[in-house]
Amino acid sequence: MSALETPFALRLLPGGSYAGRSRMLLLRSATAARRAWMAFFSGFFEPVFYLVAMGQGLGSMVGPLPGPDGSPISYIAFIAPGLLAASAMNGAVFDSTFNVFFKLKYARLYDAMLATPLGPVDVALGEIGWALLRGGLYALGFLAVMGGSGLLVSPWALLALPAALVVAFAFAAVGMAATSYLRSWQDFDLVTLVIMPMFLFSTTFFPLSVYPRWLQVVVECLPLYHAVELMRGLTTGLVGPGMLVHVAYFAVMIVLGVAVAARRLDVLLLK
Amino acid sequence: MSTSVARAPGFALGVLMVGEHFLTWYRRNWRSTVVSSVLQPLLFLLAFGVGFGALLQGRAGTAETTGGVSYLVWLAPALLAVSAAQSAAFESTYPVLSGFKWQRMYHAMVAGPITPAQVALGHLGWVCLKNLATGAVFVGVIALAGGVASAGVIVALLAAVLTCAAVCALVTTYAATVKNEGTAFSALFRFVILPMTLFSGTFFPVDRLPGWVQPLTWISPLWHGTELARAAALDRWVPLAALGHTAYLLLLVAIGVFGATRLFTRRLAP
Amino acid sequence: MADGLVQARGLYKRFGAIEAVRGIDVDVARGEVFGFLGPNGAGKSSAMRMIACVSPRTGGELQVLGMDPGRDGPRIRARIGVVPQLDNLDAELSVRQNLEIYGRYFGLPRAHVREKARELLAFAQLTERADDPVEPLSGGMKRRLTIARSLVNDPELLLLDEPTTGLDPQARHLLWERLYRLKREGVTQIITTHYMDEAEQLCDRLVVMDHGVIVAEGSPAELIERHATREVLELRFAPEARPEPEVLAPLVERVESLPDRLLLYTADGERAQAEVARAGHRPLSALVRRSSLEDVFLSLTGRTLVD
Repeated sequence: MSALETPFALRLLPGGSYAGRSRMLLLRSATAARRAWMAFFSGFFEPVFYLVAMGQGLGSMVGPLPGPDGSPISYIAFIAPGLLAASAMNGAVFDSTFNVFFKLKYARLYDAMLATPLGPVDVALGEIGWALLRGGLYALGFLAVMGGSGLLVSPWALLALPAALVVAFAFAAVGMAATSYLRSWQDFDLVTLVIMPMFLFSTTFFPLSVYPRWLQVVVECLPLYHAVELMRGLTTGLVGPGMLVHVAYFAVMIVLGVAVAARRLDVLLLK
Repeated sequence: MSTSVARAPGFALGVLMVGEHFLTWYRRNWRSTVVSSVLQPLLFLLAFGVGFGALLQGRAGTAETTGGVSYLVWLAPALLAVSAAQSAAFESTYPVLSGFKWQRMYHAMVAGPITPAQVALGHLGWVCLKNLATGAVFVGVIALAGGVASAGVIVALLAAVLTCAAVCALVTTYAATVKNEGTAFSALFRFVILPMTLFSGTFFPVDRLPGWVQPLTWISPLWHGTELARAAALDRWVPLAALGHTAYLLLLVAIGVFGATRLFTRRLAP
Repeated sequence: MADGLVQARGLYKRFGAIEAVRGIDVDVARGEVFGFLGPNGAGKSSAMRMIACVSPRTGGELQVLGMDPGRDGPRIRARIGVVPQLDNLDAELSVRQNLEIYGRYFGLPRAHVREKARELLAFAQLTERADDPVEPLSGGMKRRLTIARSLVNDPELLLLDEPTTGLDPQARHLLWERLYRLKREGVTQIITTHYMDEAEQLCDRLVVMDHGVIVAEGSPAELIERHATREVLELRFAPEARPEPEVLAPLVERVESLPDRLLLYTADGERAQAEVARAGHRPLSALVRRSSLEDVFLSLTGRTLVD
């Protein structure tokens, strides 16, 4: 309970602001979600609608595309892992930006929490944890749909779930860090401006080959591109050591995101 | 005793005054609409029209689907309609609830000589006007991207505004009944608006969908708007069909206006 | 003081260029109700936030429950209750869940929290609304729920920031009654307020703050005795008939001029009223009343509390 028992890794974070009780925020979020189950539940359908519409409709126009190993795969099999990655991103970003901003500025929920032994680090970890738990549940649902549609052809696909959790964790951490810098609802255009192009251009709907080389390099730097590549490899069973690059990319996002978010919350809440 | 110089405005003038209120607000907050109503459709145009279009180039069957024009040209008028429907839905959910509940702007308006029906129509008029303006900008962007086939794109813009009016009137009616914190809207967006944008023939013809889904698209205002906009932009009029689409959209506008004015009156002046 | 729950020496807080609290000394003993009285922006809330361990001090010394907020924040917060100026209830939870979940933040076991919530719902007179959402509750109900929530950990020290601001008179009196009950149960309370009647009703001892410093300290009765006369005569005049304050000054101990009235400080208000009439002044209305903390503040700073 006290700061003295803080594990080493957390000592990098602001001192005296961690009570080791962030799971109570998960409890709070789960209780709230039970009361608004419809909003929670409906999030699952978004990628499924995209899968059905784009897979069937666009697929009928374009035919098979080259898969990760170059051999052709159906269009729906091409976009499914992309949508899986995108839904992990969207869920995590939505929770860690809009919802966190509302609680921070309007509901003043974190002020209430800080009147208890909880500290900013508990808040940051608890909220990020919830975002990734929610992202993980959606990913599980989507994987089930993929499995039911015969789009999971390799046992490696089992790893797609933990991979989705890592992706959600990374986006939630960075999303929360970014939210701490936003001043008003107007600033959320900036969030849209980052997320929307990433969703459309990170090889979710068409392969990298349609771009000129310089644009390919830009896309290869985007986090969602790495998420899509990771998912596409796992669900089709084309796994290689190159995947560790993607994982490392997300590890860096997680460390940076959590550290910045915790420090910024410290500044915003304890003034 | 002093006498107030204020007078109650006539009906149309009252509606205009409500519109003026929104315009004043908008002059300070226009940035966010640039993102949602110009940049967002532009990104879709680039991603699908250009990026996905590159995959279709030279593929057998593409010409048959688009009627000979490039995918970009085929897609552009539909994006005009889809973006009109989306911003109409967005402008008529949280902002309307806020007018009733959070900022209570509507209550302030009807405390003066403005009637609830004028508030409802002012909102509708404002959303359509703004859509016309952002749509015009988007038409310019499409032209620069090489997505314009004929001057009919101007008529396509009008079709998009009509779609905007239908969606705005209906969603506003629904929003006027929402009493809670707006959690109902997330279900509306996910179960109505998103499927509507995906299944209304924007990115691919609806005949590519399973047979049982196709009748559902007929009730979608966006499908009718898309058909109209595409016919206008590509100069492929089928008079009877165009008449049908227009009549259906006008009917939806009428239902929405009737519902919205009634519900606004019930909520603001019970 | 051995039994001091809060001890501050030269407590100082600065936000950028603004000095919110400019060196104050405070001692709060166990069992007492202590007040910070002052207008908006006097530094009361900043002082409270430092005591609540959610705002690091810029300078001076501070001990709460014998510990240093800078080092033992979580440990201190575990033993205090906080009622913030603006209600920050959790709108996504029901009334009962607000109490239960909040209790869990303190690490209290589930069963204990459930029982405690039942007890506090009765205390706040919200048992009937236990499973309702928070949002439609009235202002007074929300305030009572916030206070109930602050008691979930059986705090030794309760901090209340402007507890009744924005409430109607009936809701205020109900709230005061609940706070008085807590005092009888021995809960130490620190209250900030800019209402003198509230300070008089609730506080055993208080400090008057202005511009970040303490300008007076004592019990409400002591302060009134020290800084005001026994009675006040309030006079309202038509603009053209209003005499200059200096004209009336010889008749009483002191005169304060406010935009809408003159305040005449004297031991005997009735007699002063008669003398004013004898001097030929014709007020539109005249009122004799007892002196209050408002008068204390006016005398100390030359300004009113609520402006």
